[in-house]
Amino acid sequence: MIYVTRRVEFCASHYFHNPDLSAEENRRLFGKCNNPNGHGHNYTLEVTVAGEVDPVTGMVMDLKDLKKLLESEVIELMDHKFLNKEVPVFAAKIPTTENLVVEIWKLLEPKLTLGRLHRIRLYETPDLYVEYFGG
Amino acid sequence: MVYLTRRYRFSAAHRLHNDALSAEENRRLYGKCDNPYGHGHNYVLDVTLAGEIDSATGMVYDVSELDRAVGREVLEPFDLINLNTDIEEFRAQVPTTENVCLAIYRRLQGKLGGAGRWSSARLARVRLEETSSNFFEYSGEAGEQEVVRRVS
Repeated sequence: MIYVTRRVEFCASHYFHNPDLSAEENRRLFGKCNNPNGHGHNYTLEVTVAGEVDPVTGMVMDLKDLKKLLESEVIELMDHKFLNKEVPVFAAKIPTTENLVVEIWKLLEPKLTLGRLHRIRLYETPDLYVEYFGG
Repeated sequence: MVYLTRRYRFSAAHRLHNDALSAEENRRLYGKCDNPYGHGHNYVLDVTLAGEIDSATGMVYDVSELDRAVGREVLEPFDLINLNTDIEEFRAQVPTTENVCLAIYRRLQGKLGGAGRWSSARLARVRLEETSSNFFEYSGEAGEQEVVRRVS
């Protein structure tokens, strides 16, 4: 089994707020991230696909296809967007990096034709990242 | 299960020397690291937690709480000190990065998650970079013999 990872960056704003909790509880839980005007990050997304090497091409999958898929499924949807307001799934779900990795998995997993999605790793800052392996 | 990793930094001095071995054997094993005056590193520490996403917050763990715990348990005692003389574990143990990695894991174990909103969160891995080309990882599942040394 070979693991191929592609890295891509996007920039987006977000804020954390749970309408089921009091204003005070939201402030306590989310701190500065609760500011309703939002704040932003340069996200770095690493997508890892696992598969066997095709004997004809010597490749697990065509990385141009993976790049196009990341562009059409993730970048177009999230780059330079306010995640809470412009990405429908985050109207009812807090756009934490934990929830982002699971949503990105759901977007990509059914679209991969060669190889199997192995890992989504998303850096919110160079010092903080979240990983999801689909289970 | 989602894995959250946070990066921290600390700087410390150490000397690699085992009193049970001869001076020659220490020099042979540890080379320049056996210098009796010690030397130092800027360590990079990655702490990984595993857990389910809490539905009310969308988070696996509160990162400020993680910062406080790592600050209290690791950074305060380990930053800008001499590992051999100032850290209890290394009075009788060589402060190789393998052993430092393990000591950090043990200090953090049981201090993160496991209760309330974060009941599913647990320490999954400690990864410690001694230099940019040397790092060590410990996940706790198989005992201290399993500490991995990787040189890239």
